[in-house]
Amino acid sequence: MPVSLLWAVDVYGRVYSLSTAGQQWEQCRNSQMEFKRVTAAQTCCWGIACDNSVYLNVHASDLPIRYQEDTYENQRWNPVDGFSDRLLPSDRWQWSDSSGLQHQPLNGFQLPSSTWEWEGDWHVDENLEGEPTEKEGWTYAMDFPAAYTKDKKWNSCVRRRRWLRYRRYKAMDTWAKIPSQQTTLPDPFSDISCGGWEISEEPGGRLSLWAVSLQGKVWFREGISHHNPEGSSWVEVPLPGEVVQISCGPGDLVWAVLWEGQLLVREGISRDNSKGTSWAVVESPNPEVGAIHVAVGMNVVWAVTKDNKVWFRRGVNSHNPCGSGWISMVGEMAMINVGLNDQVWAIGCEDRVVYFRQGITSSELSGKTWKAINVPRDGDRSHSSASASSLHSAGCFFSGEVRAPSVASDAELDIEHPPGDGAISNAPLHCPEPCVDAHKNTSSELCIEPLKPHIPKVTSDSFISELVSDRKPAKTDAESVSSAVLEEEVVPGEGEVNVLSSDAITCTQSGGPPDPQWSNVDLEEAQIQHVQTGAVPDSADSCSLSSVATYTLALEDQYGADEHPLWAWVSGGGCSVDSHSQLNWFNCPLNTSMLQSVQSMSLSVSPAQTAAWRKQIFEQLTERSKREMDNFRHYEQAIEQSVWVKKGAMQWWRDWKPHKWIDVHFALEQFSGADGNKDGILFIYYNYHEEKKYLHAFINEVTILVPVLNHSKHTFAIYTPERTKQRWPIRLAAATELEMYDWLALLSVSCCDSRGIQGPPSKQAIWSITCKGDIFVSEPSSALEATPYPTPCDQMFWRQVGGHLRLVDCNSLGIVWGIGYDHTAWVYSGGYGGGFFQGLASSTDNIYTQTDTKSVYIYENQRWNPVTGYTTRGLPTDRYMWSDASGLHECTKTGTKPPSPHWTWVSDWAIDYSVSGGTDREGWQYAADFPASYHGFKTMKDFVRRRRWARKCKLSTTGPWQEIPPIQLSDVTILPCSAQSSVDVVPLWAISNKGDVLCRMGVTLLTPAGTSWLHVGTDQPFKSISIGAASQVWGVARDGSAFYRGSVSAQSPAGDCWYHIPSPAKQKLKQVSVGRTSVYTVDENGNLWYRQGVTPSYPQGSSWEHISNNVRKVSVGPLDQVWIIADKVQGSHSLSCGTVCHRLGVQPMDPKGQSWDYGIGGGWDHITIRGNSMEPSRICLSSMTDPSPQAPRSPLPVRSTESSSALNLTM
Amino acid sequence: MADDKDVLRDVWFGRIPTCFTLNPDEVTEREAEAYYLLLPRVSYLPVVTDKVKKHFLKVMRAEDVEEMWFEYEGTPLKWHYPIGVLFDFHASNTVLPWTITVHFKNFPDEDLLHCSSNSVVEAHFMSSIKEADALKHKSQVINDMQKKDHKQLWMGLQNDKFDQFWAMNRKLMEYPTEDGGFRYIPFRIYQTLSDRPFIQKLFRPVSPEGHAHTLGDLLKEMYPDALTNDGEQKRYQVLIHGIEPLLETPLQWLSEHLSHPDNFLHICVVPVPTD
Repeated sequence: MPVSLLWAVDVYGRVYSLSTAGQQWEQCRNSQMEFKRVTAAQTCCWGIACDNSVYLNVHASDLPIRYQEDTYENQRWNPVDGFSDRLLPSDRWQWSDSSGLQHQPLNGFQLPSSTWEWEGDWHVDENLEGEPTEKEGWTYAMDFPAAYTKDKKWNSCVRRRRWLRYRRYKAMDTWAKIPSQQTTLPDPFSDISCGGWEISEEPGGRLSLWAVSLQGKVWFREGISHHNPEGSSWVEVPLPGEVVQISCGPGDLVWAVLWEGQLLVREGISRDNSKGTSWAVVESPNPEVGAIHVAVGMNVVWAVTKDNKVWFRRGVNSHNPCGSGWISMVGEMAMINVGLNDQVWAIGCEDRVVYFRQGITSSELSGKTWKAINVPRDGDRSHSSASASSLHSAGCFFSGEVRAPSVASDAELDIEHPPGDGAISNAPLHCPEPCVDAHKNTSSELCIEPLKPHIPKVTSDSFISELVSDRKPAKTDAESVSSAVLEEEVVPGEGEVNVLSSDAITCTQSGGPPDPQWSNVDLEEAQIQHVQTGAVPDSADSCSLSSVATYTLALEDQYGADEHPLWAWVSGGGCSVDSHSQLNWFNCPLNTSMLQSVQSMSLSVSPAQTAAWRKQIFEQLTERSKREMDNFRHYEQAIEQSVWVKKGAMQWWRDWKPHKWIDVHFALEQFSGADGNKDGILFIYYNYHEEKKYLHAFINEVTILVPVLNHSKHTFAIYTPERTKQRWPIRLAAATELEMYDWLALLSVSCCDSRGIQGPPSKQAIWSITCKGDIFVSEPSSALEATPYPTPCDQMFWRQVGGHLRLVDCNSLGIVWGIGYDHTAWVYSGGYGGGFFQGLASSTDNIYTQTDTKSVYIYENQRWNPVTGYTTRGLPTDRYMWSDASGLHECTKTGTKPPSPHWTWVSDWAIDYSVSGGTDREGWQYAADFPASYHGFKTMKDFVRRRRWARKCKLSTTGPWQEIPPIQLSDVTILPCSAQSSVDVVPLWAISNKGDVLCRMGVTLLTPAGTSWLHVGTDQPFKSISIGAASQVWGVARDGSAFYRGSVSAQSPAGDCWYHIPSPAKQKLKQVSVGRTSVYTVDENGNLWYRQGVTPSYPQGSSWEHISNNVRKVSVGPLDQVWIIADKVQGSHSLSCGTVCHRLGVQPMDPKGQSWDYGIGGGWDHITIRGNSMEPSRICLSSMTDPSPQAPRSPLPVRSTESSSALNLTM
Repeated sequence: MADDKDVLRDVWFGRIPTCFTLNPDEVTEREAEAYYLLLPRVSYLPVVTDKVKKHFLKVMRAEDVEEMWFEYEGTPLKWHYPIGVLFDFHASNTVLPWTITVHFKNFPDEDLLHCSSNSVVEAHFMSSIKEADALKHKSQVINDMQKKDHKQLWMGLQNDKFDQFWAMNRKLMEYPTEDGGFRYIPFRIYQTLSDRPFIQKLFRPVSPEGHAHTLGDLLKEMYPDALTNDGEQKRYQVLIHGIEPLLETPLQWLSEHLSHPDNFLHICVVPVPTD
């Protein structure tokens, strides 16, 4: 889980944030003013300050928010001047947008607000759709508007060029005031709520922001996006009544509360209309007590009624935003907030403590219990005296002195308010809704009576035990209703606010001693006291007052008792936790030093790892073994090792036709080999024509164990070199998943033992990833890159490492980075095991929880007929109306399951608009017939259409990986180097999932995660990046052309400029890999290209040379060795997709090599050999005498259109 | 980066080179040769001395053989202590191999328990594990295990199968993260100058304030004499598995990694050798 923040405002208007990894509230220092409310998203936090303006705090990120402005310079040729800016009267402007319709001179561009700054000056774009243009960047055409080319022709009468300039948002991590609109905003805002980022698939930054004004109107902020975090303008949303509070969820839920206590639900919110269309009314949970607060998430709505009762709305989702009924929950809260993953926070109505709802899962959205967040705040004195433990250590020497005045201050506050202030009680009472306690009706009583701190009586109020309100409405105390009404009668009054706030501050200052922390008493606090002392002194007790009283008494009575902060507002919209998160929020931290050590824990080296005591134990144990055993090795062992057999029943996919699962007995015999290594034999006993037979495999010949989990069978595959060649493993199925993993773990340990492999992978290790995201690692032998007789690829032994990744890169210093399917970046922690490797096959330390998310896609297909238009009725020959991408398999919404039992659905099916080729507004793509190429608009010739539905699923596992938040990546590359090289800071480049090029700072052996990102500007998004051993950086841009980065060195890690390198003719590149000197690329059609003519003086090279086809990915290493993932490799039974292949014959004089050697395959997706810098031994005698030197096989240029997937067991 | 797993292995595979000699008073048919063996530190004498018995029985007449027992420099060795503890307590800082005298007569009933077969050792071993789990988890983990799981623990020890043993023992070493450790640490402190065989009391891994208790904290409370005060000459060695961990080592970590298979942390406090 990445670290994220929970935001809160205390009753004095101070803004705090609490990190999910932290144990104390950090005050937001740079806010000069007090805030009333905040609403957070993951990238930013919005707030309403006491000046009633809206402020935005965009969290700093290594990735700048930059916006590309562009404009076109247009010229026409005339015989006198040649090309000049003298255009025909009918022509476009000399400076215009791309269409020519808009006049756009360079000096017409203004920064939108003071929070932006220009990044450099205007420059000419010299890239036309992947092709570099001439130096000036002109593109030519016969006339406007037309197709432009980079070459000037005889008939080129007009030309134009594009100018670019970037502006950058600079107000990071500070509260920037949103300029108020010229058009009059009638009255100040009183509530604000952001959300809606899940409505569209647009990556991060797009938000819906809703606000409520004091007059009860609702406003929507238009145009908030990643490139425009401030949005553009406020638009009023018509209403059927007056709203007091609004809440917007991450998805399409928006609810508001009316003054009268009913709730409004916004309907019609969709991808194209984030404002929605209309309101629907939902009655308050309790007909007699109106609602006062509402909070919505993805699929939940929580509400608070005026009696502070908490309610949960059943059956809410995007199709039914109104839900079906209320359920009464335990606890009395002042407000509630729903954050990410539908997690819930609340503020207790009496104790003003922030509560977290524990046990909320997607299946139990109402959670289990309220748990108080109990952590100190930084900075203020409550921290130094809050916890009992620090009292011990600090000796309580000053707490008494400091506290006494504050007590006085509070007391005086109460007393000193002149009764005449009663008039001000008409002031808006918007923020912390006072909770009403009808049983205590005078303030004097209150001050004397020691109040027990109110803790909601909650133990295990699970879903079932809750009262279901629509069957049995909660009984309400009439008294409390009446008082609630009283308290609610406060009417908003314009203009009085300022009077009030100034009044509040003066009275504090006059009354209180000069304690700066207490001078900034918030107006709301003051108001409540006014209310109390003024207009309605008898019946309305505010809970703020009562908690102040508690607080006073507690100070006098219990010395070390918690002087706990009083919270007014909490927002979890940016806080990513779920029911599995380990939070340290609930126990008061142990002590300060512990706290610091927890916080200073760095990504790579935990203090415990380096602690002296641990080192001492390691050293002494080694020394002990030496002392007690070294000279006595010849002694007999007291206990003899024996053969150990484990047996089980399994199913086996038999080798002969017809292939099917048959029941077999399976046995593993383990024994100690001659050299002391353990060894073993696998036996599979089966019946063949009533005859008992068996199949066996030596454990030391097994090259890999691949788990293949699906919903019908728990199977795994065992490969030996022979079976790798045949592309036909031993496939076995266990009865249960548990049994399968037991066997896999045992076999894996056994295989590693027989090969003497233990502990973490070496720095030279080769990493690979299957299309399921499983990670395998192989230890290269020194003969792996030997010529002419390298170790055959199919003899490599692969073992699994826990975790789930999409790609991985490493270098020979042992720095390994991975990227998940959800684009999360991970760094290898140095451990091994995880996943299903329990106990001994796994290291204790350095194993962490890892999650990944991906989408499952299905297609809805329709055919047009003249009568009814498009319908779900296809021709008898058509594909299924709900199918996979191929159309061959039926995939319905209800029938489609997550890829394996490890994955669980985390969203509902939604139309996917991000399909290549584009879609119409409803997500449809049209074509003449199935299967065909689809386009995003309907033409006369189209008779079929389809649209893609996506559903997200999530996996949670463990592995030696630590997350590197917060920027999501799509590619990463680490400088390959020789094992001996002493590089201090390792260059590491990456591409963000938005296509930004990034350079990681501070990557060293001790801190493999690095420290921060440096953004490297590009004129278009990139999709692949690779750095070579001499710091030569190559990238592939989204348009398919390559770029070389000039002057990258240790002194200038980010280089200076990009050199544009056109792609091979008519091909769009998709991936690049750079080794010591070689540069290889793969294009979208699976061709592998080698860059010719690369020399130190001309690193860009001269041309592309075609090497091979059917290539999916390439990895070039520090020895210039070339490995690929190839498709369509011939096996004994069928073709195999995704096979690891090694280029043979690569030598310094022949970097292109000669042929391919085929290794493990059938479902492999990624490999990196960039860690292997082991030079092959020059004397290859051993390999010459090798009993079975594997002659390099010739490549198999197999061309086949469809590969049968019979064998692709891992697909 | 060394891993904590390696500690478990090192602890398990600790061996003490031992020379078994027959007590000269025993009646033999011919002279008995000494017998040399690598004894697992974590095991028990009766479990690993079948070969020794066989060796000496060859030179003895059956009627002269009673229950076998061992003695080191005049002290009968208690078979129900792990071998490593016996060695650290009685014979650390002596020259290797450890020389043990084998007796077949005059069983010292006042010092030693009888051990008729390995099942007695098994019963003792299992009761120690159960006692330890009672301290660690209120017996919840051990009670959740099946009979065969218990057997696996014992068989793992008996046959020196590290993997087999730890596959099960792992569960006994787990604890809820929020607790920060076991309920109580099962430990025994052996001391030379005392009538009591060992100290065993309740001690939590984490202080009420939330500090992780260390080995030093434990000794300060249980056996302050074992600690060296400022300016004093070191008088005692605190040995666990033959090594002297630093006093700031967290007790919880020690309990997880340096406990014997019986799940107790056996700590020997012996005088510093005077050379």
